[in-house]
Amino acid sequence: MMEIDNKELENKFQQKIDRDIKIEPNDWMPDAYRTTLIRQISQHAHSEVVGMLPEGNWITRAPNLRRKAVLLAKVQDEAGHGLYLYSAAETLGADREQTIDDLHSGKAKYSSIFNYPTLTWADMGAVGWLVDGAAIMNQVPLCRCSYGPYARAMIRVCKEESFHQRQGFEIMTKLAGGAIEQKEMAQDALNRFWWPALMMFGPSDADSSHTEQSMKWKIKRHTNDELRQMFVDVTVPQIETLGLTVPDPDVKWNEVKGRYDYGPIDWDEFWQVVGGNGPCNKERVDARRKAKEDGKWVVEAAMAFTNKRNSKKSA
Amino acid sequence: MEKSKEWPLWEVFIRSKQGLNHKHVGSLRASDATMAIDNARDVYTRRSEGISIWVVPSNNITASDPSDEDSLFEPANSKVYRHPTFYDVPDGISHM
Amino acid sequence: MTTKEALYNYTLRMGDDSLILGQRLSELCGHGPILEEDIALTNISLDLIGQATLLLDYAGELDKDSRNKDQLAFLRIEKQYVNILLVEQPNGHFGDTILRQFLFDAYRTALLERLSTSKDKRLAGIAEKSLKETKYHLKHSSEWVIRLGDGTEESHLRIQNSLDKLFRYAHELFYENEVDNLLIKEGIVPSAQGIYPVWEKTVNDVLEAATLSLPKNNWKFQGGREGRHSEHMGYLLADMQYMQRTYPNMEW
Ligand SMILES: [Fe+2]
Ligand SMILES: [Fe+2]
Repeated sequence: MMEIDNKELENKFQQKIDRDIKIEPNDWMPDAYRTTLIRQISQHAHSEVVGMLPEGNWITRAPNLRRKAVLLAKVQDEAGHGLYLYSAAETLGADREQTIDDLHSGKAKYSSIFNYPTLTWADMGAVGWLVDGAAIMNQVPLCRCSYGPYARAMIRVCKEESFHQRQGFEIMTKLAGGAIEQKEMAQDALNRFWWPALMMFGPSDADSSHTEQSMKWKIKRHTNDELRQMFVDVTVPQIETLGLTVPDPDVKWNEVKGRYDYGPIDWDEFWQVVGGNGPCNKERVDARRKAKEDGKWVVEAAMAFTNKRNSKKSA
Repeated sequence: MEKSKEWPLWEVFIRSKQGLNHKHVGSLRASDATMAIDNARDVYTRRSEGISIWVVPSNNITASDPSDEDSLFEPANSKVYRHPTFYDVPDGISHM
Repeated sequence: MTTKEALYNYTLRMGDDSLILGQRLSELCGHGPILEEDIALTNISLDLIGQATLLLDYAGELDKDSRNKDQLAFLRIEKQYVNILLVEQPNGHFGDTILRQFLFDAYRTALLERLSTSKDKRLAGIAEKSLKETKYHLKHSSEWVIRLGDGTEESHLRIQNSLDKLFRYAHELFYENEVDNLLIKEGIVPSAQGIYPVWEKTVNDVLEAATLSLPKNNWKFQGGREGRHSEHMGYLLADMQYMQRTYPNMEW
């Protein structure tokens, strides 16, 4: 009996999705849809927050007042994005503190790009331009995601992202047109971030386990490889405009397919970094855990204060 | 027990400009209402998105049950006479 | 000393206070006690760096060597910075950070209120814009001092310690020398005597609500306004000036 009911609910649910009707928090949804979304949204939230660290590494060393303010505002936005996304995950019943503890215990994942170090000022350019660029490519289709709160959070995020990529590209433009040291710095940053940026779209379609179901549920609108190709196609001409060299000798315009071909991605490196062996995995998670532990007494004090005031009021 | 030390969740509503309704924009955590307003200002109005903020403890919101959707909202669909387009107005009549 | 020279010194002091405190707070971006407060502290830092930009820009115009704001911010040697010692103190724990902020905000608000009617129109304009931001900072830091002071036993102890440690640096907020004397006479800046009672009242009111008490030791540290800094300053500058020192004469 239950089984038949569930089947019917599931059919109705899928019909709604097929007709592009958004799913809202209290609506019935299959358990697997809920779990998939919680996993995806909280991973996304963790990526925003962990993503503050590599760029945060250069705020105190920004070369002038304008760059300092811009970078600070940019990294702050990422905290905001994390918050919008944790809020969206909470509408599905995922407790924020629990979600964050999962990050700190290593149970939850985040985008592996943030496990690479930022070594020079040019990395601020490369990260804004390539990493935020790749993120935008991923996020724009998510604005039409079937789950209402996630889609709405993504609309807000995408609006804010537009300046992130531009400020990164502006940094690169300055460097590429500057002194020899600056140009070298820019090329070096591009060399180090190019491949990790391509890996941001996730494993190739053949190895991606969740894609098919997620596309059916309209949690995902394009496959990893489609998005990666779109990214290569818009980025290669930008590299040329900067007068820098694409760090992949196989990148060539393919007249027949009307897109760029590119060389093989080192998936072994990708899985190593995902698995915890990236250059900064430990540092990133440790920094976030430390922030929470150091803040514990503050959070408790504020709550104790409120409870005291409330009991005074009711007394 | 550990739980009660956590800050409660607040829903945030923002009036983007004078003359418009407050609109739900998201949620956040805060230990009290004053802090919730402060946090909402920093989280949701960094780009001058608002001129007024409401915060409401999330657990004070009562929502209609989606499974009642049909009985709550469908009856209104048949009352087409509430809409001005239901009525024929002779040609040549304006301002109505 | 001419009025212009005095005004240069005065805007430089204010600019340095804003810059160094903004720099300190910016270290916390990504490390705040909870995400919401991380964003709030960064907002304060952004406001301060914005204020520093306006003030150092003006100082640059008054500077006899006509250095621009970035040269002033990034290319002076340590003893040419004239911020007070309080703002260069390390962030410590959240209680230290918030108490340092509170002592400064209470002073800055009172100062900016008066400066916004300065005879110097440029300074008055900067003060008017900054005042709106600083009033909010004061509200934020006051609320937190009260929450921590009257929160848990642990938080009370911690922030009382912060107060004992940092209050000794607060007196320097009211430092005056011939720069002030000249500008006060000309009606360009207010005197410390006018600001101090306002600051004192704010501090007393908030500390009372926070159940905190002023330290018994009322030793007064000073030196920053004269370019004598604490050991922390060198490291802060090494960080802040790294790019400009490593790659001289380049545009970014
Ligand atoms: Fe983001
Ligand atoms: Fe971003």
